[in-house]
Amino acid sequence: MWTWFYRLASPPSVYRVAAALTPWFLTLAAIVIGCGLIAGLAIAPPDYQQGDAFRIIYVHAPSAWLSLFAYTTMAVAGGIALIWRIKMGHAVAAATAPIGASFTLAALVTGSLWGRPMWGTYWAWDPRLTSELILLFLYVGVMALRPAFEDPSRGDRAAALLSIVGVVNVPIIKYSVVWWNSLHQAATVAKLGRPSMPGSMLWPLLTMFLGFMLFYGAVLCIRLRGEVLNRERQAVWVREAIKSR
Amino acid sequence: MSNSFWSMGGYARYVWPSVAFACAVLAWNLWAAIRYLAAARQRTARALAMAASDSA
Repeated sequence: MWTWFYRLASPPSVYRVAAALTPWFLTLAAIVIGCGLIAGLAIAPPDYQQGDAFRIIYVHAPSAWLSLFAYTTMAVAGGIALIWRIKMGHAVAAATAPIGASFTLAALVTGSLWGRPMWGTYWAWDPRLTSELILLFLYVGVMALRPAFEDPSRGDRAAALLSIVGVVNVPIIKYSVVWWNSLHQAATVAKLGRPSMPGSMLWPLLTMFLGFMLFYGAVLCIRLRGEVLNRERQAVWVREAIKSR
Repeated sequence: MSNSFWSMGGYARYVWPSVAFACAVLAWNLWAAIRYLAAARQRTARALAMAASDSA
């Protein structure tokens, strides 16, 4: 029953599929992010309270969302690798970590720039901001732990364990604005009821979410191919793949 | 482009650096990923060449 899954998760298959998907993801991401930026910065109306400063949401919210999504992907991939011993799980986790870390940094920096005019400060030890900073430290920890072992498979296992333990921080970030008093505004899009944003502001934001996800897919595919090559250097299929370039 | 667009209602010094930083992160991600793949290819090609010379 699982044969197809194991075949799909085999290194040659992952390398081939990632190579085929990259140009599609990259082209679509460029178009969608371009449209989202124009719509968010030029077409969407200013907020009645925050004025044009609210436009930072169009780069801040997708970065923050991606930081959580990439971490969850990393933990799930690590879990799959540990439970089913699918070694491509470790490759996906290793490829995801620097992408997630960079978007966590983007979320923190853009949030800080948004905080200055709205809260009067670049930084506060607020639950949402602090938990997002912890997420950045977790990413750095996972990236530092992997090469810290002489045996790469032990490094992979240790990094997977840390990412699984750290995944508890994801719901803390998400619900920090509900559980504690926070300077940060409550959820505007991902609410059980209707989003508290008018459509003219919402659709550019959803476009940017989609664009960032497509971009993540493209960069993940490129990094994954590098990971596969690094891990499968001795395999016969790698020789063929390198020769056919 | 009109002046009001660039001034962002007086918030230009917060909005534009945010957009610029996010774009820089996107560009860095792409550049770093391409470089990572190129380095992996180079290392693999070198390992294959060494293996071939050893067996010859």
